[in-house]
Amino acid sequence: MVETVATNELLRWIVGLPLLGAIVHGVMLGLVRRELPRGLVIAISCVAPALAFLVSLVAFFQLRGLPVGQTALVDDVYTWIGAGRLVAEMAFLFDPLSAVMCLIVTGVGTLIHVYSIGYMDDDHRDDGGFQRFFCYLNLFLAAMLLLVLGDNLLVLFLGWEGVGLCSYLLIGFWFGDRWNAYCGMKAFVVNRIGDFGFLIGIFLILWALADTGAATLNFREIQTALPSIVERTVAVPAWLGGEWRLTTLIGLCLFVGAVGKSAQIPLYVWLPDAMAGPTPVSALIHAATMVTAGIYMVCRMSFLYAEAPGASTVIAWTGASTALFAATMAIAQTDIKKVLAYSTVSQLGYMFVAAGCGAYSAAIFHVGTHAFFKALLFLGAGAVILAMHHEQDTDKMGGLRRHLPWTHKLFAIGVLAIIGFPGFSGFFSKDEVLLAAYTSHVPGHKAIWAIGLLTAGITAFYMCRLHFRTFFGESRVPPEIAHHGIREPANTVLVPLGVLAFFSVFAGLFGFPDVYGEQLGVPESNSLAHFLAPVVVQQPHHVALSTELGLATLATVVSAAGVFLAWLLYVSRPELTARLRSRISALHRLVANKYYVDELYDALIVRPLVFLSHRVLFRGIDAGLIDGFAVNGSARTVRAFASDALKYAHSGLAQGYLITMVVGTLAVLAWLLRG
Amino acid sequence: MDLLTLITFLPLATGLLLVATSRLLPEQAWRWVGMAGMVLTFLLSLQLWAGFEPAQGGFQFVHHVPWIPAYGIHWFVGIDGMSLLLVVLTTFLMPLVMLASWNDIKRSTRSFVFFNLFLQTGMLGAFVSLNLFQFYVFWEVMLIPMYFIIGIWGGPRRVYAAVKFFLFTMAGSLPMLVAMLSLYLLHAEQFGGALEFDLIAAPGGGTAGLLDTIVPIAETATIPWWQTQAWLFAAFALAFGVKVPMVPLHTWLPDAHVEAPTAGSVVLAGVLLKMGTYGFVRFALPLFPVAAETYAPVMFTLAVIGVLFGSLVAMVQSDIKKLVAYSSVAHLGFVMIGIFALNEEGLQGSILQMVNHGLSTGALFLLVGMIYERRHTREIADFGGIAKPMPVFAAMFGIVAMSSIGLPALNGFVGEFLILVGAFLVSPWVAVAATFGVVLSAVYLLWMVRRVFFGPCDNPENMGLLDLGLREKAVVLALLIPIIWIGVYPNPFLTRLEASVGDLLHHMERTASAARSEAQPSEVHQTALRPGTAPSAIPRRHDPASGKRWAASARSEAQPSEVHQLGGIPR
Repeated sequence: MVETVATNELLRWIVGLPLLGAIVHGVMLGLVRRELPRGLVIAISCVAPALAFLVSLVAFFQLRGLPVGQTALVDDVYTWIGAGRLVAEMAFLFDPLSAVMCLIVTGVGTLIHVYSIGYMDDDHRDDGGFQRFFCYLNLFLAAMLLLVLGDNLLVLFLGWEGVGLCSYLLIGFWFGDRWNAYCGMKAFVVNRIGDFGFLIGIFLILWALADTGAATLNFREIQTALPSIVERTVAVPAWLGGEWRLTTLIGLCLFVGAVGKSAQIPLYVWLPDAMAGPTPVSALIHAATMVTAGIYMVCRMSFLYAEAPGASTVIAWTGASTALFAATMAIAQTDIKKVLAYSTVSQLGYMFVAAGCGAYSAAIFHVGTHAFFKALLFLGAGAVILAMHHEQDTDKMGGLRRHLPWTHKLFAIGVLAIIGFPGFSGFFSKDEVLLAAYTSHVPGHKAIWAIGLLTAGITAFYMCRLHFRTFFGESRVPPEIAHHGIREPANTVLVPLGVLAFFSVFAGLFGFPDVYGEQLGVPESNSLAHFLAPVVVQQPHHVALSTELGLATLATVVSAAGVFLAWLLYVSRPELTARLRSRISALHRLVANKYYVDELYDALIVRPLVFLSHRVLFRGIDAGLIDGFAVNGSARTVRAFASDALKYAHSGLAQGYLITMVVGTLAVLAWLLRG
Repeated sequence: MDLLTLITFLPLATGLLLVATSRLLPEQAWRWVGMAGMVLTFLLSLQLWAGFEPAQGGFQFVHHVPWIPAYGIHWFVGIDGMSLLLVVLTTFLMPLVMLASWNDIKRSTRSFVFFNLFLQTGMLGAFVSLNLFQFYVFWEVMLIPMYFIIGIWGGPRRVYAAVKFFLFTMAGSLPMLVAMLSLYLLHAEQFGGALEFDLIAAPGGGTAGLLDTIVPIAETATIPWWQTQAWLFAAFALAFGVKVPMVPLHTWLPDAHVEAPTAGSVVLAGVLLKMGTYGFVRFALPLFPVAAETYAPVMFTLAVIGVLFGSLVAMVQSDIKKLVAYSSVAHLGFVMIGIFALNEEGLQGSILQMVNHGLSTGALFLLVGMIYERRHTREIADFGGIAKPMPVFAAMFGIVAMSSIGLPALNGFVGEFLILVGAFLVSPWVAVAATFGVVLSAVYLLWMVRRVFFGPCDNPENMGLLDLGLREKAVVLALLIPIIWIGVYPNPFLTRLEASVGDLLHHMERTASAARSEAQPSEVHQTALRPGTAPSAIPRRHDPASGKRWAASARSEAQPSEVHQLGGIPR
């Protein structure tokens, strides 16, 4: 039998290079205690990801050049954990899916590293902060690459936790501020709740496969062994249906992890707060790469989800509700980064809609286009924040296009891409997601499609609102900021924006729908879907040109309506806004306060848990019942007995001792002489 | 001289040497000599690591010298994979502890050095013992130096804590002593009246060891209740459970930890607690396999309660050291879960996790000690933002905390993951409940880290804090190396455990089935007893003739050649 994979030792360097960068920085900072000169820091930390990108490109071409029958490159470095029935290799897999993710991560990652040079340059808040920042950033890249290149679920989980750690470190990067530190912790803990489900999913896979004699976490081996467990069911409580397919249970558990990492309802609450981190971090980790890990995982396990219709339905509906819910929250935000954060949550919802509807390549397509335009938007926002001397509130902006013409234009490209302006990348990927929902067999798929369509309209509205309030209209810039001057940022900031803008426009061509391509005489024009075909399960849907065009037109019209409304309220007749707000003040307050979800979680989970732990478990049971009553109580009893009762025995009177002795001796004799 | 014996007694010998020359040497010299003794012990133990044959299984470096042969008491040492790991952990931690308390201990330095050396011999002796009596001696001997370390160099409530520690452990140990004697007599009955405390047959063809005893399952007319597996197991479990500590026997631990000096806390968490879990694996499981299986649900329940209870209580502590102490309760709960999963994944994970806990929690106590030395407080509320004046300290604390949280690529993850996999394979709900402890560990540690290290550094007393010095950095770095090593490449550790855990499970399976077939008299006695002996003549205790018969039958049934395999003594 021909091996379906080819060994290639190049892959370890994709992870290894950024890791090496992080280690160098870490050792210098932690042990040598000497910050390297900035030039050297920049050289090390930007060359590492750039080289990783080049190696990925080489690997990509090697992958394309593989003989027929071989679908992936594999690099098995060593056995990581081997005990009993469990063996997990430290191995990397470079198949079309990881290739796409790897190129996005290293490509966008390199750009954001370059951008960070300019962004972090003015940061004098913390000694060693510059190098510390790049140390974390390189470490993040290494972890993210582990995640997408891992050949088994355990290496994926290693990367999964690694990116979580870097997210924690980078959100709380300016740790001198209590709020930042709180947000970092919140992100980590909420993600851990997701990891709880993810781990159970891993255990379930091992548990199911242990019976078949092949407890493995390797993706290809799980896929091979899947038919042997696909018929198995597990008993669940009657109100949940009494019996579930095992694959559905596994799929749901793994999805809990994805819900945490990719910020879906109900675990999305950490992502908006994650904006406390420096803006390049928000762009790289909390928009372009890390938060898409959940979607990547679902696509990676697509062979399982294809056999788990129940789990797929949950995914699609979770995605749809998150997309809409987050979009409504974005409407009333005034912080430029918060709007983008909720928009990210909403777009991640779109990706899950696609994955849940079985259109895995559409999900990855949207991951890719979103990585470009959302990174562009965040970096653009970062440029604005930099120009505004770290002011993020759009209430204090307005009319900035006069000061920041380039930033304005580049940001506008990002906005056009996200709202799906025809021809831009977001147009193609969003349409493919909506089409997938429209044509899928998921229960209620038409409703999901309708929600997606509505969300597209809302997205157009709030993104334009953001853009108009920032760059158009009268200036609301406070004098103390205007006094310092509002200037276009450095070239290291603008050039990455330009590259991202280019891809935000043209990346859609990778997924140019086949039906259009056929009309234009370009067969298989959806090159991404065809490239991914060997890895992800394909949903065979052949749609008519009319359906495709009709849906696209409808989506465009809805988005246009959103744009028009935003233009009306924020550019043409701004006085309407205030009147509208007072008309629906209660609703506005509800939305602006993010539906009080954080407060709800605090009251329902955090406070009761602390109360239970402190009052009941610690004061009540531990200190009170066990230690106070049982332990010290018995000690007191013994002491009381010794001091109050036994002391009379030690009277010092010889007669007393004598009597005791005689009685004792008689008693012993009596016992010995008993029958 | 025998290597294991040398390693065991080298620390005490160093101590005695110092005592003998006591007045000649200044206090500082005591430290240096003590340190030298410990470092030498560590280097010698590396020879164990290098010379240990992982694939071979059984006990290695075995050494047997008659001590009180008439009563079966011998000097009998040897190590398998699990004791190897714990011995090296002990020899590795002790010099670091010594180094860490270099400036910390100012009173009675001489006694402090001596007690630490004494303690080390006590711990090592317990880990290498293959004679139950000898084990018990070391088990109890350990208490004495620890009692003094807490009682003399401890905090304000040190006497209360020391007495509590002593009484708890003693109270747990006495039933075990009785159970040991009971087992000893049972063994004598089964093997022709020969009194023997050796666990396995001594090299050179001794009589069978205690592990060959088939402990009856059920009480019968001839077998009293105190010789059944359930009761003997309970007695052992009580002694070990106190040491682990298992909830609800744990309340001595927070007091002992909080009051003990840094050195005491590190050794307590790093090594002494492992005596309990080690005792379960080395004695309770192989001696009473049926009871271990029967009571696994009980142990699971207590361990899961330990994980959740320990984590939740740790979360609301206001004293950093007490928080770490309660986190120990949770971590040791994980270890117990893995042990009673009774499969390879769980047991290997558990033993590795014992080492991991020793490294991570040991390091946490060291770090807490360093900040206490500077500020003379451990209240979380007194700190805030100290990552600014102490960046290296913060970074190192962060890595150690992450290892305790179980972040992959650090040691804690490997152990916890294997434990949970092992537990899930036998009892999914136990694993699910315990996995929730993984979430909680992030909550309590990161919450503490945030309040101590992050935020504005606005307390004037914290602004001038000095970062770690060279000595302190070296100590923590020495611990970070294995923390990362085990996380990234745990296989050298796991392969050393593989054969030993396999042997243990194999042995348990065999003795359990032997004990079960004993319990079915109709089948067993026909084959076991010689023809002509009526089933009613089941041997009574103190009846040497019939005792011999039973022994012979027990042996023929258990097939001695296989029984000895647990020993697997190299020729």
